[in-house]
Amino acid sequence: MSEVIKLRKGLDIKLKGGAETVLETLPVPSTIALKPTDFPGLTPKLSVKPGYEVKAGDALFYDKYHPEVVFTAPLGGKVASVNRGERRRILEVVIETDTNAGFAEFKKAKPGTLSADEVKEQLLKSGLWPFLKRRPYGTLASPQEKPKAIFVSTFDTAPLAPDYNFIMEGQLGSFQTGIDALAKLTEGKVFLGVSEKSVFTNIKNAEIKQFSGPHPAGNVGVQISHVSPINKGEVVWTVNPQDVLFIGRLFETGKVDFTKIFTLAGSEVEKPKYLQTVLGAPVSSITDGRLKKADHNQRIISGNVLTGKKEDPMNYIGFYDSLVTVIPEGDEYELFGWAAPGVDKFSASKTFLSKLFPKKEYELNANMHGGERAFVLSGQYEKVVPMDILPVFLLKACLIHDIDKMEQLGIYEVIEEDLALCEYVCTSKIKVQDILRAGINTMIKELG
Amino acid sequence: MKFLKNFFERTEPLVQKGAKYHWLQSVHDGFFTFLFVPKQTSKTGTHIHDYIDLKRTMSIVVMALIPSLLFGMYNVGLQHYKAIGEMAAVGFFDMFLYGLLKVLPIVIVSYVVGLGIEFAFAQMRGHEINEGFLVSGMLIPLVMPVETPLWMIAVATAFAVIFGKEVFGGTGMNIWNPALLARAFLFFAYPAQMSGNAVWVALGKGDVPIDGFTGATPMADAAAGNITFSAADAFFGFIPGSIGETSTLAILIGAVILLVTGIGNWKIMLSTVAGGVVMGILLNIFAVNAYMELPFWQHLFLGGFAFGTVFMATDPVSAAQTEKGKWIYGFLIGILAILIRVVNPAYPEGMMLAILLMNTFAPLIDHYVVQGHIKRRLKRAKVTA
Repeated sequence: MSEVIKLRKGLDIKLKGGAETVLETLPVPSTIALKPTDFPGLTPKLSVKPGYEVKAGDALFYDKYHPEVVFTAPLGGKVASVNRGERRRILEVVIETDTNAGFAEFKKAKPGTLSADEVKEQLLKSGLWPFLKRRPYGTLASPQEKPKAIFVSTFDTAPLAPDYNFIMEGQLGSFQTGIDALAKLTEGKVFLGVSEKSVFTNIKNAEIKQFSGPHPAGNVGVQISHVSPINKGEVVWTVNPQDVLFIGRLFETGKVDFTKIFTLAGSEVEKPKYLQTVLGAPVSSITDGRLKKADHNQRIISGNVLTGKKEDPMNYIGFYDSLVTVIPEGDEYELFGWAAPGVDKFSASKTFLSKLFPKKEYELNANMHGGERAFVLSGQYEKVVPMDILPVFLLKACLIHDIDKMEQLGIYEVIEEDLALCEYVCTSKIKVQDILRAGINTMIKELG
Repeated sequence: MKFLKNFFERTEPLVQKGAKYHWLQSVHDGFFTFLFVPKQTSKTGTHIHDYIDLKRTMSIVVMALIPSLLFGMYNVGLQHYKAIGEMAAVGFFDMFLYGLLKVLPIVIVSYVVGLGIEFAFAQMRGHEINEGFLVSGMLIPLVMPVETPLWMIAVATAFAVIFGKEVFGGTGMNIWNPALLARAFLFFAYPAQMSGNAVWVALGKGDVPIDGFTGATPMADAAAGNITFSAADAFFGFIPGSIGETSTLAILIGAVILLVTGIGNWKIMLSTVAGGVVMGILLNIFAVNAYMELPFWQHLFLGGFAFGTVFMATDPVSAAQTEKGKWIYGFLIGILAILIRVVNPAYPEGMMLAILLMNTFAPLIDHYVVQGHIKRRLKRAKVTA
């Protein structure tokens, strides 16, 4: 193993309700759904109508501007409905699952024996292509571009994040196959970011880079910036560890297998643990009967508490998410809350007594803990961004949509998750992730 | 407490836009959020937020100012009784009480005028009330000589809040530190009343000072060539001067509070002191008069140096915002403060002007730091391309 890349900046937020390493297999959900809204910048075109019968791996919709990029059904069954929102935007394509519906057939072959084009074609047809995301911007990878490298981060440092060492038990073979396939897609290298104790260190066909340090050390964007930072005109692709498994299984079996292990965690969960179901499962199939009975409101989040999306139990888990977090909503007034000594109040600042108990775990809620203000305190964001970026100045460039400045200050290297901690620590409660995405959208609009 | 919450919740519709008391909206909101942290939860972005907010931040700074305020009150009394030669007749509490009665009106005037304007602007703009003035309102009395007339305090505060802050868009947008602006405004607008030896020590109408009393601050004396104070007096603060600036010890207690909580920036404090020390040593080396010969470390106890270093230079809004910039910014404040103080005959104290000047240059310093950062990033692109 090469040297360890040590990151000093960042912040570990210790929350109550971490998942025990116990796996429960759930029955096949009666409905599943794919949500075009999970893919930033996508304009979907439907391939099916309600009532169509589909097999697992059949296309449901495709990208209007890249018709070869299709999104396929995780399980077979009948298309139950296409739910639309404002201006008829497609929100969900819902499938009533049928275990006898069968699978679409794809090529079964060792990726090593295939050409790059064959691998690419297989991923596109089977609907696995959308698991490849590109940097800059964190949007879908385009089949036409050539990435200088592909990055997979095999550990997650976000609060309550899943432990991939546990999830990968017995599945490392498929992971290796997936990496072999990815290696075909780039002329550069596949990089694996690993943590200190990792089951991934023996994976072949990829360069292993070990990282240590607090969150966001596990963010793939942070790892890229330390291994092979993105300059103007360069493209890097990223894939999540469980999504590498999907790719591996496709080449091993010739079928799509979207079986996925989700982590259910958070202080409002009765027994936080790992649950095996399928991509696109409804939130309720995971949370029903597993939450604490409470007289206050609860917030269910698809993803982690920093970057996830608030979801109704009736909705479906996000395409890229491996975690469902449940925390108290916290929609209550607090008398002199800002003046309390704060033994129970976790803070990155040193103004609460909780600072004296560094090992303690906290029950944090979704309250803002104060009103939004103009930017006052400097130096806060810099402490939680372990990259060669001046976050405040980058965000200011985003606010005024100054393309040159955004480019010079590193907009290509970051997406929301990399600056999410800034939003958490901000005294002025500034919406960092919204500002950054608005800046990225400007970049996409102006420069493509 | 339930009663209070119900009261505010029930009156909320009455102050909404278009309702009867809509002009009270900011006031209502200000008091409500002061008593209760709102129930608002996050809608986009991160779901959890740090418990810290601007109210807590600002109240910690106010807390750090309390030792200086209390000592200032005591010292006002002390200097008064010293001047009229009745030191033997009065005790600690008499002195403190005298000072309290002198200083409290100044504090009240500063807060009433400043907060009044803040509320009015918040209402006009439809903003929430910003907590910035909680600190400025305390800083203003502490940098004033005790005999400043109350109407001047009011005018200066109004000037500082309106032209120092609100014209730029309110807290967070200002270029100069508002409290220092208030002080500078008086200094230049009313030079006759604000400088010289008559304003530093409180004297009542019938009070007759003892023989030999001048009322001059040690710095005024020093500028005239007589070093009249002991270093210990200057450190503990038993010298005439602005209300809150005299005791380096009380200020150090505040500095500890700011540094332990991380609210005050240690880089700026350290580099300011470093700048002062360097300039002091340089002056010592090239000394041609008694003031230049003053041991460099004694400069740190004199005048507004310590107070400015801890509470003014560190104002995050008007200081440099880049980490490298903070070092440069603080160091230059230290250099300029001592330089102006000793070399310029027109201004016996340089801290105020040094900080205001560097406030002006802070964006420029940041600009060059950011340009340096951009250049370094560009170089990286060429290497890998």
